[in-house]
Amino acid sequence: MYQTIYHRASSVDEAASLFAKGSEAKFLAGGQTLLPVMKQRLAAPSDVIDLGKIKELIGIEASGDTLTIKAATPHYDVATSDTAKKAIPALAYLASLIGDPAVRYRGTIGGSLANNDPAADYPAATLALGATIKTNKRTIAADDYFKGLFSTALEDGEIITQVSFPVPAKAGYAKFPHPASRFALTGVFVAQTKSGEIRVAATGASQSGVMRVPAIEAALKANWSPSAIDSVSISASGLLSDIHGSSDYRANLVKVMAQRAVAAAA
Amino acid sequence: MGVEGIGASVVRKEDKRFITGKGRYVDDIKLTGMTYAHFIRSPHAHAKVKGIDSSAALQMPGVVAVLTGRQIVDDKVGNLICGWAITSKDGSPMKMGAWPAMAPETVRFVGQAVAVVIAESKNLARDAAEAVVVDYEELPAVADVTAAVKAGAPQLHPEAPGNQVYDWVIGDEGAVDAAFSKAANVVKLDLTNNRLAPNAMEPRAAIADYDAAEEHFTLYTTSQNPHVARLVLSAFYNIAPEHKLRVIAPDVGGGFGSKIFIYPEEMVALWASKKVGRPVKWTGDRTEAFLTDAHGRDHVTHAEMAFDANNKILGLRVKTYANFGAYMSLFSSSVPTYLYATLLSGQYDIPAIHAEVIGVYTNTTPVDAYRGAGRPEASYLIERMMETAARQLKVDPAALRRQNFITQFPHQTPVIMAYDTGDFNASLDAAMKAIDYAGFADRKAKAKADGKLRGIGVSCYIEACGIAPSKAVGSLGAGVGLWESAEVRVNPVGTIEILTGSHSHGQGHETTFCQLVADRLGVPISQVSIVHGDTDKVQFGMGTYGSRSAAVGLTAILKAMEKVESKARKIAAHALEASEADIVIENGEFKVTGTDKAIAFPMVALAAYTAHNLPDGMEPGLKETAFYDPTNFTFPAGTYICELEVDAGTGKTSFVNFVAADDFGRLINPMIVEGQVHGGLAQGIGQALLEHAIYDANGQPVTASFMDYSMPRADDLPSFKLSHTTTLCPGNPLGIKGCGEAGAIGASAAVINAITDAIGKNNLEMPATPDRVWRTIHAA
Ligand SMILES: Cc1cc2nc3c(=O)[nH]c(=O)nc-3n(C[C@H](O)[C@H](O)[C@H](O)COP(=O)(O)OP(=O)(O)OC[C@H]3O[C@@H](n4cnc5c(N)ncnc54)[C@H](O)[C@@H]3O)c2cc1C
Repeated sequence: MYQTIYHRASSVDEAASLFAKGSEAKFLAGGQTLLPVMKQRLAAPSDVIDLGKIKELIGIEASGDTLTIKAATPHYDVATSDTAKKAIPALAYLASLIGDPAVRYRGTIGGSLANNDPAADYPAATLALGATIKTNKRTIAADDYFKGLFSTALEDGEIITQVSFPVPAKAGYAKFPHPASRFALTGVFVAQTKSGEIRVAATGASQSGVMRVPAIEAALKANWSPSAIDSVSISASGLLSDIHGSSDYRANLVKVMAQRAVAAAA
Repeated sequence: MGVEGIGASVVRKEDKRFITGKGRYVDDIKLTGMTYAHFIRSPHAHAKVKGIDSSAALQMPGVVAVLTGRQIVDDKVGNLICGWAITSKDGSPMKMGAWPAMAPETVRFVGQAVAVVIAESKNLARDAAEAVVVDYEELPAVADVTAAVKAGAPQLHPEAPGNQVYDWVIGDEGAVDAAFSKAANVVKLDLTNNRLAPNAMEPRAAIADYDAAEEHFTLYTTSQNPHVARLVLSAFYNIAPEHKLRVIAPDVGGGFGSKIFIYPEEMVALWASKKVGRPVKWTGDRTEAFLTDAHGRDHVTHAEMAFDANNKILGLRVKTYANFGAYMSLFSSSVPTYLYATLLSGQYDIPAIHAEVIGVYTNTTPVDAYRGAGRPEASYLIERMMETAARQLKVDPAALRRQNFITQFPHQTPVIMAYDTGDFNASLDAAMKAIDYAGFADRKAKAKADGKLRGIGVSCYIEACGIAPSKAVGSLGAGVGLWESAEVRVNPVGTIEILTGSHSHGQGHETTFCQLVADRLGVPISQVSIVHGDTDKVQFGMGTYGSRSAAVGLTAILKAMEKVESKARKIAAHALEASEADIVIENGEFKVTGTDKAIAFPMVALAAYTAHNLPDGMEPGLKETAFYDPTNFTFPAGTYICELEVDAGTGKTSFVNFVAADDFGRLINPMIVEGQVHGGLAQGIGQALLEHAIYDANGQPVTASFMDYSMPRADDLPSFKLSHTTTLCPGNPLGIKGCGEAGAIGASAAVINAITDAIGKNNLEMPATPDRVWRTIHAA
């Protein structure tokens, strides 16, 4: 690791102003991505601004038809929160599948969405549930937020403060873990909104990051059941291909995981 | 046996310090004035080093030196050696290129060191390394063993045309040809044995400390065999004569073979310590472990087995290409030859066997012994072959094995090994019973009704352990003898120190070796300590690998114990005014049989040291040494059966049951044996399902971190059901065969046999990743 200056911010505003002062500052949340990258000397921030201790950034709340998760809330809290489990059980279940216990205790939803790893789990739920990402500057709809591999609508220095998920009529998640990293080799989140819209998002599969799967959405619109997906054909083109999963294998997983997510949906 | 004697599941003495974080590993050691080394490693698989510019680095504060491959060669530090000479079928010796500790002009694998920075801190060394500019001219590279032997392939070493190190044969080719010509059926099989990265929990590390006043070096290193390290460093690398070099291997966090070898980093640390006049420490990180710890396996094999009309095996023909990587590591040459082809008879009576092994250089990390070393490759081949044959001949795979088992011992195979004892039917029976083999057809049908693909796979392995009779290995080309030494020191108060040449890096010697003493003398194990891993304390030793510590190392201790007991008995007889023949040892006392006259062991020890009243002519003291050279290999064997289900939608495998019935001869500590089997099975299953060290066509490693290299985790593994069927090894007085590698040797074939049974297709390579299995299921 290169030398850096660590700051512990106590409010979002303080974090933003510390960021503005640093020449090449970075926010730190759970550190589950940033710290390994720094240790490998692939990142060399001048300043590291810790968001993890900012009280206004931690917590899970349900009100009306919305479940709100503050940005620095660790995955473990989401996985075990009664509020989350009651409002959107598929989301709490998704959080319980992230990494291992150590990663879940530290890693946060804000960090995960800011990083937008193409194999991360939260992006699938965020996109499929049509969540809104609130920052210290504005509100961004999930549909406008994800911009490809490790790339988002966030501007330099913008801080995610919370993510609001509309409570769906039904939702389910199925993940096929990468054998080594345990990220999603492919994970599919299916949701039926209270207004009857069907949204399906797949992570881990596409070369351009989390994606909607219109063919499956159409099939489920006609008939919300795993067998409705039997006849859907997913093209391997544009999908990731590596030693753990070829693109046609991932295409198959999109379909199979979608079926299992529908079967599990509640 | 007593509560702490042989056969008791005594809790491991060493665990208290390991579990409470008080182990003392190389990286925990800090010496005054210590400097830190960071290696500059090639990012290319094959390149010329045209120049190294370290001027900017040398200007940086805290940088002590930047040393290069050119300098280490100029200083006449020896090239790395391969310690086992193999002769090709045409009579020529194996063909090897030079392996300098740092590359002076050509790099041949990603990660090979070209220079080292020595600095005041680890971080400064790393900073400075980034300021060193190495000018490389890239050369074409080859990573795949079959590509490397093709005409026109990039060539690694001028000494080895065609990248061929040797073309070695074993067995009677004429007899095999004759067997095949009268065969009713021939079964053919092509197999790849996947390359593995060993991944001990503790990365390799070294601290070298040169004492200019004494012209003496001390090396702290992560070694499975510190004396062998000292011998090689002295005799071949010109570091220092043995009496001027002390090698200490303190607590070592796992080895699996990868810490047998003497690596460039240790040589460079020693050389650099003298050059800079200060201690030099190097601690590898995980990436360096992936790039530079010797890998394991990596074979491509074609095999054919001939059967008569009654399904009796007539002959076996094998041709294997073994990938050695870019250089010949210390014992690499012996692994695909004498540790592999000599086990190709498996548990079966095979009248004729012929094997040809072609050793090949590629632009990859050197390959050497890894848990099992050659024997997993042999066992995998034979057990896949038996399963394939059963399918082709349409007979039950267990029955086909049983029909061909060796049942008479000793049994001379056509490939050198003479099996001393075993009962292969007993372990097959035990495993079949444990898994309810008879009920499998019903379970499979039931699973099918639920839409699941269920399979069962058998693997009847045999291995050669307790390596090895020195004369025998010497005649086969080994550069060392493989005996072991021990010293038993009884202190005047009756406590005992056992000095052993074996080295514990996870095996639990500090417990099991004490159990022998408790067993014989009846003293509690708390009164005994095990001293190992320091060439200044222990006179000599060959170290720990090849499941040899109990069969060879413990037998050496037993031999020294017998001498101690004999002297102690004389002292006791003298003190008790009895005849030596009447003295029996019971519960820590030397008794005159049939009387109540006794003297406690500590009093005997004290008498030996006060020497006030010893028998005439007896020397004072109670300390004895023994060297033990085994008479034969030992032959642990057993049956593993795996039952599993495959998810046709994803190709994912889930275990239903995994049973093991092993014959390890006598068990010293069944709990520790169980742990060894669990660990071995995890590695065998890891090879079958998960692990694969992959290079792309240009020799770039694709799996150099745990984000890409799939290490088995607890939830990848089933709960194992273990059992033992025992035949005592006649080759050593304790009847021990060894248990350290069996799991890794036998498990892979059981898993692949079960998956191929489940999916109804025989062609499936390891690791059977979900993608591969899915593809195989859905292949036309
Ligand atoms: C071994 C391992 C396994 C993992 N497995 C999984 C898995 O299975 N599935 C999965 O989805 N993830 C997985 N992860 C990722 C992990 O769960 C975290 O989600 C991820 O590391 C990012 O969250 P963090 O809080 O650790 O962020 P950090 O590492 O602290 O930060 C990541 C990036 O986000 C930025 N950032 C953080 N918070 C904010 C914010 N509020 N506003 C703006 N920018 C911000 C940082 O500046 C940095 O650039 C794994 C990680 C590890 C180490």
